[in-house]
Amino acid sequence: MGDKEGSEKFKRSKPDFKQSQRKDGKGSTIDSSSSVILAFQSFQHELDARHDKYERLVKYSRDITTESKRTIFLLHRVISEPNKDDVLVEANRKLDGVREKMKQVALELVGEDIYQYYRAITCGLQEYVEAVTFQHFITNRMLLSLEDINRQLIFDNDINIASNNEDQTRPSILSLPITPVDYLLGVADLTGELMRLCISSVGNGDINTPFELTQFLREIFDGFAYIGNTGPYEISRKLYTLKQSLGKVENACYMLKVRGSEIPKHMLADLFASKSELHEHDDGMS
Amino acid sequence: MSVTDMFVRLQSGLSADQETREDIRKVVQTLEQSAREILILLQGVHQKEGFKTIPAMSLKVREHFGTVQTQLKELATKFSCEQYYRFHDQWRFVLQRLVFQAAFLVYLESEQLVTREAVCTILGIESGREKGFHLDIEDYLSGVLNLASELSRLAVNSVTAGDYARPIRIATFINELDFGFRLLNLKNDSLRKRYDGLKYDVKKIEEVVYDLSIRGLDKTLKISEKP
Repeated sequence: MGDKEGSEKFKRSKPDFKQSQRKDGKGSTIDSSSSVILAFQSFQHELDARHDKYERLVKYSRDITTESKRTIFLLHRVISEPNKDDVLVEANRKLDGVREKMKQVALELVGEDIYQYYRAITCGLQEYVEAVTFQHFITNRMLLSLEDINRQLIFDNDINIASNNEDQTRPSILSLPITPVDYLLGVADLTGELMRLCISSVGNGDINTPFELTQFLREIFDGFAYIGNTGPYEISRKLYTLKQSLGKVENACYMLKVRGSEIPKHMLADLFASKSELHEHDDGMS
Repeated sequence: MSVTDMFVRLQSGLSADQETREDIRKVVQTLEQSAREILILLQGVHQKEGFKTIPAMSLKVREHFGTVQTQLKELATKFSCEQYYRFHDQWRFVLQRLVFQAAFLVYLESEQLVTREAVCTILGIESGREKGFHLDIEDYLSGVLNLASELSRLAVNSVTAGDYARPIRIATFINELDFGFRLLNLKNDSLRKRYDGLKYDVKKIEEVVYDLSIRGLDKTLKISEKP
């Protein structure tokens, strides 16, 4: 309210000047068909179209993120051989759903520079990489390569979608390539999941998985160390967290080796939980 | 493929990227140098006798824009043009400055708002994204907003130099710009932030016009100006 009053006062204080200026100008108001105004009208359309597209992509990206996160939680429920297959089938189904969303993203980006809208989708893509590499690790105990991920992200542009849109000629093959940086950041997040998997597998009395995981994490850590600071800033930040995860997993293996023979299996988990909490505390201090 | 192999391959990709960025930076530095030289020439209009030198100045500035054109052409060869937005941040700032300078030059010459296409011609770049190295609409609009603040300064200085008609023409021009920008639905980004400053430029110019009109200084010159 105060604001309104102020502006009214401002207007009232020099009405004469405003009128005289307008009279002296070309017309009483600005000519709405002048070339400048026409140009700005076209800018309006261009900017609106761009912002709308951006918002749609952000929404897709959010959906991709939540669905990928759910897949990861689902995959953490793999406890023993019998339920493994069911969970994996379910996870696959979910990931197919995610890929369907990514196809929509690819459709939005037809004919666009992907980097123009990169910030809208990068979070979703990273989360997807995390989910899909995690699933691949659980099934094959291997790191899924960037090439393999991208191979799954080539979609046929079926007629259904093409006819929904205007009669535009669209390429028959769509793809949404993951960038190397997104891949690396996704893999860095994966290591956090692997750490969780390691701790929980001890709880389930599985003493082989921790050792496998440690080996795998070490390889990834070495890989990141090789990249070092050639990548963007985020990667070096993730490297720090990765080191912590690796430390936890290595400690877990150490405990298993030393105490494994002495302590009954069902008590190992407790021992571990307290030890890793202690470790976290240490990190906070240093 | 082992994990190590994968990372080695990714790393080589990242190094290649870094080299591209390095190359771009070098060209952008030369562009910044040219932009500084142009700015010095353009700043001459704020001097007392500045307006008389506009034709000579504009010739020199256009010559400098020739250099800028070759530099921008060189920049475009440093990366593949589908990746324009990947490296956009690196030249965004200097390009906005050049847009401002081109717009200022055109304003001084013809008192018109430079069109987006005309800026592209002056800078020797494409106007559409499809064709290659182009001018992003937000960069164009930012450059135009910079023009508004420069003109509010020019209005003040032209009064000091005894040119009472110019501020009034500038006021008309800026009002039209302001009206144009009001048509846009801006997001909460850097362009919006810069647009928020436009009202102060408008206010400043209105004050100058006000000062002139209460003293009757605009009337005397108005008559001679009108055809």
